[in-house]
Amino acid sequence: MRMMFRAAYLAVLVALSTPLAAQTPLQDVLQAHQGAVANPSRGTVGQVLAALLAAEPPGTAEFLRLWQEREVVEEPGSGLFYYTRAEGRALVLIDIDTGAEGPEVTTRDVNQIRPNAGVRRDIGAALVRFGLTASDPARRLAALEAIGRSPDPEQIPLLAESIIDEPDARIRVRKERVLDLLNARFATDTATRVDAIEGLSGDISTEARRALNQILQTTPGVGETLPEGSNIARIRVPGTDMAVNSAYDELAGAGLAPVRPGRNAIRDALRGNVSDGAVGGVPLHRLSAPEARLEAYAGLQAAGLVTPLVTEAEIRATVDAHVFFDAYTEPDQAVTDAARAALDSTGTRIKAFQFLGITLDALSLASIFFLAAIGLAITFGVMRVINMAHGEFIMMGAYTGYVVQTFIPDYTASLIVALPLAFAVTFGAGVAMERLVIRHLYTRPLETLLATFGISIALQQLAKNIFGTQARPLTAPDWLAGAISINDIVSISTIRVAIFVLALMFLAMLLFILLRTRLGLEVRAVTQNPGMAASMGINPDKINMLTFGLGSGIAGVAGVAIGLYAQVTSEMGSAYIVQSFMTVVVGGVGNVWGTLAGAGLIGFLQKGIEWFNPSNTLAAQTYMVLFIILFIQFRPKGIIALKGRAAGD
Amino acid sequence: MSDTVLMPARRRLLRENPSVTWFLLALGVFTLVISVLSEGLGVGLVSTSMVKILGMTLCLCLIAVAMDVVWGYCGILSLGHFAFFGLGGYAIGMWLMYARTEIVISDSLARGTIPPTELELSEAVAAQIFGVVGTSELPLIWTFAGSLPFQLAMVVLVPGLLALVFGWLAFRSRVTGVYLSILTQAMTLALALYLFQNDTGLRGNNGLSGLQNIPGLLHVPQAVLSVWFLWASAFALGAGYLLFAWVVSGKFGSVIRAIRDNEARVRFLGYNVEGYKLFVFTLTAVVSGIAGALYYPQAGIINPAELAPIASIYLAVWVAIGGRGRLYGAVIGAAGVSLLSSWLTGGGAPNIDLGFYRILWTEWWQVLLGLGFVLVTLFAPKGIGGLFDYLVRKR
Amino acid sequence: MPNKTLLATVAASALIAAATPAAADCPIKVGVLHSLSGSMAISETTLRDVMLMLIAEQNAAGGLLGCEIEPVVVDPASDWPLFAERARELLTVNEVDVIFGAWTSVSRKSVLPVLEELNGLMFYPVQYEGQESSRNVFYTGAAPNQQAIPAVDYFLEELGVESFALLGTDYVYPRTTNNILAAYLAEQGIPDENIFVNYTPFGHSDWSTIVSDVVALGAGGQQVGIISTINGDANIGFYTELAAQGVSADDIPVVAFSVGEEELSGLDTSRLVGHLAAWNYFMSADTPENEAFIEAWHAFIGDEARVTNDPMEAHYIGFNMWVNAVTEAGTTDVDAVREAMWGQEFPNLTGGTAVMLPNHHLTKPVLIGEIRADGQFDIISQTEEVPGAAWTPFLPESATLVSDWQELECGMFDTATESCVQLTSNY
Repeated sequence: MRMMFRAAYLAVLVALSTPLAAQTPLQDVLQAHQGAVANPSRGTVGQVLAALLAAEPPGTAEFLRLWQEREVVEEPGSGLFYYTRAEGRALVLIDIDTGAEGPEVTTRDVNQIRPNAGVRRDIGAALVRFGLTASDPARRLAALEAIGRSPDPEQIPLLAESIIDEPDARIRVRKERVLDLLNARFATDTATRVDAIEGLSGDISTEARRALNQILQTTPGVGETLPEGSNIARIRVPGTDMAVNSAYDELAGAGLAPVRPGRNAIRDALRGNVSDGAVGGVPLHRLSAPEARLEAYAGLQAAGLVTPLVTEAEIRATVDAHVFFDAYTEPDQAVTDAARAALDSTGTRIKAFQFLGITLDALSLASIFFLAAIGLAITFGVMRVINMAHGEFIMMGAYTGYVVQTFIPDYTASLIVALPLAFAVTFGAGVAMERLVIRHLYTRPLETLLATFGISIALQQLAKNIFGTQARPLTAPDWLAGAISINDIVSISTIRVAIFVLALMFLAMLLFILLRTRLGLEVRAVTQNPGMAASMGINPDKINMLTFGLGSGIAGVAGVAIGLYAQVTSEMGSAYIVQSFMTVVVGGVGNVWGTLAGAGLIGFLQKGIEWFNPSNTLAAQTYMVLFIILFIQFRPKGIIALKGRAAGD
Repeated sequence: MSDTVLMPARRRLLRENPSVTWFLLALGVFTLVISVLSEGLGVGLVSTSMVKILGMTLCLCLIAVAMDVVWGYCGILSLGHFAFFGLGGYAIGMWLMYARTEIVISDSLARGTIPPTELELSEAVAAQIFGVVGTSELPLIWTFAGSLPFQLAMVVLVPGLLALVFGWLAFRSRVTGVYLSILTQAMTLALALYLFQNDTGLRGNNGLSGLQNIPGLLHVPQAVLSVWFLWASAFALGAGYLLFAWVVSGKFGSVIRAIRDNEARVRFLGYNVEGYKLFVFTLTAVVSGIAGALYYPQAGIINPAELAPIASIYLAVWVAIGGRGRLYGAVIGAAGVSLLSSWLTGGGAPNIDLGFYRILWTEWWQVLLGLGFVLVTLFAPKGIGGLFDYLVRKR
Repeated sequence: MPNKTLLATVAASALIAAATPAAADCPIKVGVLHSLSGSMAISETTLRDVMLMLIAEQNAAGGLLGCEIEPVVVDPASDWPLFAERARELLTVNEVDVIFGAWTSVSRKSVLPVLEELNGLMFYPVQYEGQESSRNVFYTGAAPNQQAIPAVDYFLEELGVESFALLGTDYVYPRTTNNILAAYLAEQGIPDENIFVNYTPFGHSDWSTIVSDVVALGAGGQQVGIISTINGDANIGFYTELAAQGVSADDIPVVAFSVGEEELSGLDTSRLVGHLAAWNYFMSADTPENEAFIEAWHAFIGDEARVTNDPMEAHYIGFNMWVNAVTEAGTTDVDAVREAMWGQEFPNLTGGTAVMLPNHHLTKPVLIGEIRADGQFDIISQTEEVPGAAWTPFLPESATLVSDWQELECGMFDTATESCVQLTSNY
């Protein structure tokens, strides 16, 4: 439908513009660059754009836009270009000059032209001149974004001019900002540039720092003296800033010194000069010794057959005779000084924000660990049941969410249904498991481990048989899919915030249930002394069943939350089980606060280690587990240890 | 001097535990029968791959026996014994890999125009081994990898020392029961994660491979080699069984069983409970290491996934199914479950067609296995071995 | 002396082999060695299905050498040692004529010694890190020069990327690929400090910090691009985080080497439009061959929603080439089939022809696709067929190595010393 309107609109547009046009029609301009239009690449798109903008035949802007959006096709026989309109599975060709509809074809009869992202960026830059003054605010913003992606000195006058008539205050501010960034980089006179740069001082946004860093780009250089008139960023001293040998290699690379043959070059030279079972007078069998190789090489060198060796002293002397430096590509020193000062002024604030970012990440990780472990904090922490199938309850919750989404396509509504349903499903599963299996094993705690492990692998395989081995999508609604960003450095995805909030809610709810309700009182009574509790009229069977169900149900809800931010597979549970047990044990068994502390410790620790070694997440996890092992050795009862009777054993 | 003291002890051991004699006899007969039927040395009724599987199963039985001693007799539910098994495998794997590669490389370099230097040789070996994981430097821990005696010592020392240090720390802090289980699980997890890293010099996720080719025995066909390894595994299992039967009998055995049943009371009686536990933990770790060192040359490859926590849980399950507190129970459990698994997932078992639904063993075996654990735990807490005892006693 | 005995044995067995007519080994058995359980089942089960489909099609078309083809499916359960064990069983107990299987590099390395010992034949269908050429394996997936290098070229030339983030799962394929790429980028004049490398464990889900780190690279003033060798499930968390932080493909493009249609089916791709993947096949390729293949696949699996992907095409080409080679050789004998395989040609599903080279790799076109909102890829670049290279020239340790089983009879031939380093593989 939309396509039809567009075709009609095009027809009108083209019809309106043709009578005025005495110039070359668009198709002819394009045919002059047929190959570059049909198979655009970043190397060739420039000439097409230049030709189009020079001739500016009617419909140029529209063509550029549709070209960018991949709605132009090429008819391979004639090489002519057409717009298209879908008609069922077929396509209707539309003449790009007249808007007249042509024959119906199939997708295989024409080549759809697909400019890549680089080409589209360049087309976008060419469209800036049309977009800055377009009536549609979205197009104006898109034009500004295009400037941000490919800034260019020629955009300065266009942009400056468009600011005057800009009706929208918000866009005007944005335009002024983009103009500042352009001025900082490209303005013709130093004063304007320095002004613009100083305006960016203390600005921690990515685009400002990018502009400044672009001004401050350097290239390495070497020479006998510092070159006249170049803007030197720094001088590199061999021996302190760089190794002497690599300094020499740089000289050799620049053609300022002879290349020094390395170990392999010597070997290859020897290999190439074997004669009569000897090289350079040294018999072959001796050449397994490095000294003999040097001797042989010296022999070859004396005969003038190979490039001479360079001694340490020669290397030192050559390096000392030269100066190594980095020069700014920007020749104006006033500009680079201002840019350096502007950039340096942001240093501390950026560090602080980065620290804040890491802290938020750690908090988020901790809340995920907490959410995964909190069900276990009840079943294991309070009831002392080692439920190895806890991870599979998380999985069941996530799959419940997936199944609900297949029935209710609206993501928000399905989430609202999925959360309680996941609780209900896993609550039921937990109660069933408690009644059928765990109940019989209260006197043999270690054996619950085996039985529940059996249930765990059975459930995992069942999930595989039902849902297949592929990961299933559990999609967050749009309002949960974005990120909350404080500035360009600190941002956190909304779903993580939601998990954090959910974790807090669970914490509050559990504390309330355990400490403020009759059920909680009875739970505590039964776990501390079932016999006594029973004689006080509490039904321990019922309490155990409900408690276990509660723990399992919470795991199910956690599963929905975890599935929203990570993957839903039959094995997702096993990824969390060991970690969850560690969280509970580190925190201190039998105490919800302990689990919170444990999750906090593990989350912050892992992020802390990652900060020191950001390129290796696996190492961070390893050290985290090692730390936990050591920690338990020194505090076997965890961070928050129960005392007295409640401690049980 | 030991003869006079040990002989009666040994005789007593065998007299008081007829099961030991029977087990050793059965093991001997089994090995003999398989050898005679094997492809490599016998009539060829049992394929080489089957011989390998059986040899590997014997190694698993050995670690299961060790697990039975530490859990079934001493009450320490260790969920980390496969870590020791894996470390033993890695120790021997380093030698197997290094020595084999060295032979290949020095042959190849010797064919060049000029002889290689020592440095070139070791660089080429390193590039060959570590090129796969993107480095070409020999890590420090491989310095003595070319020496068989050194790596053999490592098979015993690395698991032993790790168990000693870990056990000392844990038992000293009185970490017991479930906590200890989780701690040992964390240990094997940490080790697996560590080995998964490429930078740690053991080829990361790829692990060590091609271990079935024994340097110096490259001309021996795998069919023969597999029988030799079967013998070695059977000997190790027999020796280990005897050793553990001796350990759990007599006064020492009584003490560790007492620790299992009531640790505090044993401590009040003046026994050094931690010492006993540490000894059992370390000894079983060493035996596990040896089992691993025999297992992986038959498997052909070792990698960090072998040390994943789930492997050790399976080990506990084997012992539980076979029957704790009786050594032959561990053997029955390990051999039974692992062979059954292998048969059902190998496509050997016929699938069942119900008409409306086709039951594929590969899809349902895990479910049955899982439910099997539950049923055994609920209804046969003493495992298959317990059933055995019941029948014997009844007669 | 032993040599003589060996010779006699070989001669005797050769006589026996020659005396037995080919048709006597009916049915012809094809081993399928893909994990049906465990962590890799997610990818490999599909390949088992595609093999069953190809075999069924071939049987419907009259079988092979007048024989029915019988698939022997086993489950190595994502357990690497089990791959070796199962391969041995397939070759000695089931006596299969060829194996189609393995996915991860480590599983291939596990099977290699067994194949070489027993002179088996395997077709390996997945893109991999190269640096290997076994006598007994045909690699129908991409070597690095058929996927990684062209993708980086695309980044450099078409997108003008100057600063690279190499993100990968911590195992062999990403490690080696990234090493090759780092060497290649250095050669292209990208300095070390503009390359950010990060490795994460399998199934990693906590991507927030890493994505933020990459976004922060943008402040350096250069165009940033991400090269992802992240494997399997972990991609879901990674792309979700990218979408959440609003990383647009126009600002920071991501090119992935392990993300295909199958992986995207676990994701809502509407927020990922424009990010890239490099493969030798995309389901969206608009050719009659591909349409027929997809139709056959949907009919076989009974589910219109199932996608096709690159390794499936690799098996399609590999199986058909093997069938043709067997027909040509008139026997399923491994050595005869190997020799008939060299130079085999078969049409790609994306157009053009795949040729089996003497280094046991294929010629393949390199396709770069942009993710669409429907989970498919828009093919925006398709090269001519690129011959796969077993050894990369960009790393010093393999710069002088070549593989040629036809002329040089060696998979690891050092051109510097003019000698064969070894006939077996380095596993």
